[in-house]
Amino acid sequence: MLNSILFPILLVLSLLIFFIPRPVKYFFTLILLVTGIALTTSWSIRLMTGSEQVLEIPLFVTAAGSALNLVIDRLSAFFIIVINFTVFTGFLYARGYLAPYYLSKSPLRFSIHYFSYIWLWLSMLMVVMIHDGLFFLIVWEIMALSSFFLVTFDAEERDIMKTGISYLIQMHAGMFFILVAFLLVFKATGQMNFEALKDYYAVNRNLPLFMLFFIGFAIKAGFIPLHTWLPEAHPAALSHVSGVMSGVMIKMGIYGILRVLIPMQSDLLATGVIILVVSLISGVMGVMMAIAQHDLKRLLAYHSIENIGIIGAGIGLGVIGLALNNQVLTLLGFSGGLLHVLNHSLFKSLLFFSAGSVYQSTHTRNIERMGGLMKKMPWTAMLFLTGALAISGLPPFNGFISEYLIYLGMFKSLPGASLSNSILILGSVVGLSLIGGLAIFCFTKAFGIVFLGEARSANAAGAAEVKKSMIIPQILIVAFIMLIGLGSPLAVKPVFDIVAWTTGLSNQVVPAGYFAPGLQGISIIGGVFVMLLSSLLIYRRYHLRRKEITEGPTWGCGYTAITPRQQYTATSFIYNYNHIARPVLGTRKKMEEIGENEIFPGRRTFVSHSDDVFRKVLIDRPVDLISGLLKKIAVMQTGQIRHYILYAFVFMLSVLLLAILNII
Amino acid sequence: MAGFVLILAAAVFFPGVILRTKSIASGRKGPGVMQPLRDIIVLIKKGSVFSRTTGLIFRVAPAVSLATVICAMLLVPFAEQKALVSFEGDFILFSYLLALGRFFMIIAALDTGSSFEGMGASREALFSLIVEPAFFILLATFAMFTGYTSFSDIFSHFFISGNDYVLVYSIIGAYLFIQTAMVENSRLPVDDPKTHLELTMIHEVMILDYSGFDKALIHIGTYLKFALYGSLIYNMVVPAEWNTFLQAGLFFIVQAVFAVIIGLTESFRARNKMNKNPKFILTLSAIAWIAFVVVLILTDKLV
Repeated sequence: MLNSILFPILLVLSLLIFFIPRPVKYFFTLILLVTGIALTTSWSIRLMTGSEQVLEIPLFVTAAGSALNLVIDRLSAFFIIVINFTVFTGFLYARGYLAPYYLSKSPLRFSIHYFSYIWLWLSMLMVVMIHDGLFFLIVWEIMALSSFFLVTFDAEERDIMKTGISYLIQMHAGMFFILVAFLLVFKATGQMNFEALKDYYAVNRNLPLFMLFFIGFAIKAGFIPLHTWLPEAHPAALSHVSGVMSGVMIKMGIYGILRVLIPMQSDLLATGVIILVVSLISGVMGVMMAIAQHDLKRLLAYHSIENIGIIGAGIGLGVIGLALNNQVLTLLGFSGGLLHVLNHSLFKSLLFFSAGSVYQSTHTRNIERMGGLMKKMPWTAMLFLTGALAISGLPPFNGFISEYLIYLGMFKSLPGASLSNSILILGSVVGLSLIGGLAIFCFTKAFGIVFLGEARSANAAGAAEVKKSMIIPQILIVAFIMLIGLGSPLAVKPVFDIVAWTTGLSNQVVPAGYFAPGLQGISIIGGVFVMLLSSLLIYRRYHLRRKEITEGPTWGCGYTAITPRQQYTATSFIYNYNHIARPVLGTRKKMEEIGENEIFPGRRTFVSHSDDVFRKVLIDRPVDLISGLLKKIAVMQTGQIRHYILYAFVFMLSVLLLAILNII
Repeated sequence: MAGFVLILAAAVFFPGVILRTKSIASGRKGPGVMQPLRDIIVLIKKGSVFSRTTGLIFRVAPAVSLATVICAMLLVPFAEQKALVSFEGDFILFSYLLALGRFFMIIAALDTGSSFEGMGASREALFSLIVEPAFFILLATFAMFTGYTSFSDIFSHFFISGNDYVLVYSIIGAYLFIQTAMVENSRLPVDDPKTHLELTMIHEVMILDYSGFDKALIHIGTYLKFALYGSLIYNMVVPAEWNTFLQAGLFFIVQAVFAVIIGLTESFRARNKMNKNPKFILTLSAIAWIAFVVVLILTDKLV
C-alpha cells in the first residue's frame, strides 16, 4: 500500500520547494530525493532478487476508471538503479558547486533549479516505468522541459539561452518521430503502448517503424549525425547537471531503443547492421572530434557521443546475434552494451564533476589556460585520472569490462560468420580498437595539459582544492568503478540475467557461469597488478630513502630561462594528429603570411578552428540554404499596401482562372 | 610457468645481443652481452634527480609500466603449456594492459612541463594509437582460423589443422609482431634510440628527466617487453606439439634471431622521416588485412 501512495505524494510534495525558506531548500530536496531513491531502488532490488517477473504499481486512476500503472520489469529495474545512483551523487556534489551562485542568483532561481532537478529525476524514472504510449510521451516531454530549465540556469548569458532554445527544439524534433511511430502503432492495433508493438510487428514490416523510433530516441542518445545538441548543451549546463544529463539522461534514448527493439520479429539483421554502423561512426567520430576540443566540458560532451557509440555497438551486435540465432553473440553484445550504460554513467558523471571542480576553482574551461593543477587540487586530479583511465577502457577499471564483453562477442562469432558478416565484424573490431586508442590519446592530452606541468595562467596558479562535500560523492563513484573493474564476475552476473530474461535466452544454451572464467581471469590479473604495483612502490620508497635525492629544474636542453608558456600546449599535443585527421575535422587556420618585402613585420594574429563537420553539412548548410531562399522571397514583402492589394488581386484572379479551366 | 621464466631469462640477454650485433656490424669491438644488465645495476645503485615541476605521476609511472608488462607476461603460453592465466579473450587484456603502461608513461612525460617531452608524448600517443588495429586484426584472423579466442588455445591449435597455408600467415604473423614490437619499443625504423637530438626522438625524449632507480625500472620494462614479443613470435613459428626440451632450446634461438634482426635493422637502416611514420605504421594494418583475406579464402568463405 505504502508503495502506491508514496510515489504520487513525492510528485506533489516537490511543489513545496517554492514555498520553503532558502536555507532549507537544499535539504528538503535532498530528503525528497533520498525517500524516492530508497523507494524505487527497493522495487528494483525486489524484482532482481525475487521470482516476480513484473512489478505493477498503480500510479493513479483516471476519471474513466482505468488505472495508470508503473510497470517495472528487469530492464526498468536496471535503469532505475543507474538513474538513482547518478542523480544522488550529482545532488550531493551540487551543494558545494552551487554555493558561489548564492550571491548572484535569486531564491526563485534556486527553487526552479531544485524543482527541475527533482522533476528530471522523476520523469526519467517514469520514462523507464510507464508503458502507456500517451503517458510515456508526456513524461518524455517533462524530461525535456526540466532539463531545459536546468541548462538555462545561467540564462543571463545570451549564449546559454540560445543553446537552451536550440536544445528544446531538437528534443521536440525527436519527440515528433516517437509520436508518429506511436500513432502508426495505434492506427494498426488500436492500442498505444509498448505491449502493442508485438502485435504491430507480427503483421507489419518491422524496419520502417523501428527506424522512426530509432531516429526519435537517437536524438536523445546523441548518435551521430543527430548529436548536434549535445556538445552545446553539456558545457552550458552546471556540472552536476551535465553529469546527470550525460550520465543518465541520454541513456533514456538507449532505453527507448531497447524497448522497441526487443519485440521485433523480422528485419533483425538489417536493424542490427544499421545500429552497428551508426554506432561505430558515432564512436570513432565522437572521439575524433573530442580530441580537437579545448573546452574541457565540450571535450567530455563529445566523449558521450563516443560512449553512446560503444553502447550502440554492443546492442547492434546483440541484434545481429538474435538475427543469426547466435546466442553467445546476443548475450555478450547486449550485456556489454548494457553494462557500458552503467559504466558510462559512473565514469562520465565522475569526469563532469571533477571538471566542474576545476571550473569552480579556475573560472575557465579552456584547457590551454590550465596546467599544474595536480599540485593545487590533488584530490580532484586523482578523481579525474580515475575517470580518464576508466573511460579509456583500461584495466583494472570498469570501462574495460564492458568493452571486453563486446570484443569477446565479436571474436567468438568470427569463426562461424559468413563472408559479409566476417568483414562487418572485423570492421567493428578495428573500430573499437581505434576508439580505444583515440580515447587514450584524448585523455592523456586532457589530463596532462590540465593537471600536470606548470600553471599556464594566473587562474590556474591561484587554484585551490574544492570543498570536501564535493569530493566525497566522487569517491563514492570511484568505489563502484573499482568494484566493477576488479570484481567483474559479481557485477556482470546480474547484467547477464537481465539480458537473458529480456531477450528470452534460455539458460541451457548459455549456462549462467559460462563467461565466468574470463572475468575471473581479468580479476586475477587485476589483483596481481595491484599487488605488484604496490609492492614495487613500497620497495621504491624504501630504496630511495637510502639514496641521495636532489631536485632541479626540468632538463631544458641547455636553455635555462624556461617559462610555463614554453610548455607543450593542447594544440601542439594534437598537431600531428590534426595533420592526419584534417579531412574529417576540417581544421582551418587563419593567418596572414609575412610578405617577402616586409622588412619589419607588424602585429599578426593566428586562429585555428575545427568545425563539427556533421553539424556543418547536415544542419548549418541546409538552414543557410533555406533562409537564403526565404530571404529572396522576402523581396515581395515591401511594406507598401498597394503591393499587397496587388498580390490579393493576382491570387483571386488566378483562382478564378483555374476554376474556369476546371483545374481545381 | 615455463613461459614466464623463459621470458625473464631471454630478457637478460636480449638487449646485449642487439648491442653485440650492432657493434660487430659496424666493425667496433663493443661492449659485452651483459653490459645492459650492468648498466641497470649501476642505475639502481645511483641516487636520483627529480625536476621540481614533477609530482606523483612522474614518480609512479615507471612502476606502473613495469607492473603492466609483468602482468602481460602472465598471459603468454609456452609450447603445450597453458599460460599462467588463460581465458577467452585474454589477448584483449594483453593489449589493454600494455596500453595502461603507455598511458602512464605519456602523462609522466607531460608532468615534467618540458616541451621536448611533450613532443615525445604526443608522438608516442599517436603512433601507438595507429598500431593498435594491426594487432587486433591479426588476432581476429587467428581467432577465425583456429576457432579459439585465447593465446594458449590459438597457439596450440595453430599448426594442428595440417593446412600448408599455415606457413603463409605464420610468416605474416611473425612479420607483423616484429614490426609491432619495433613500434611498441620505439626502435628503428619508427624511432631511433641512439639519436642525439631531442627534436628527433620519441621514446627517449619522454624519459629525459628520469634517473637512477626509476630509469632502471623503465629499462627493465623495455627489455621484458622485447622478450615478451619474442615469445609471441616464437609461438607463431614453432608448432606447440614438438618436444618440450627441443622447444626450450629453440625458444632462445628464436629470441636471439629476433634480437639480431633488430640489431641489423638498426645498423643498416635510417629512421623514417617523422611525418612518414603514420603511413608506415598503417601499412601494418594493411598487411594484417591481407592475412585476413588469406584466411577468408582458406575457410572457404571467399571464392
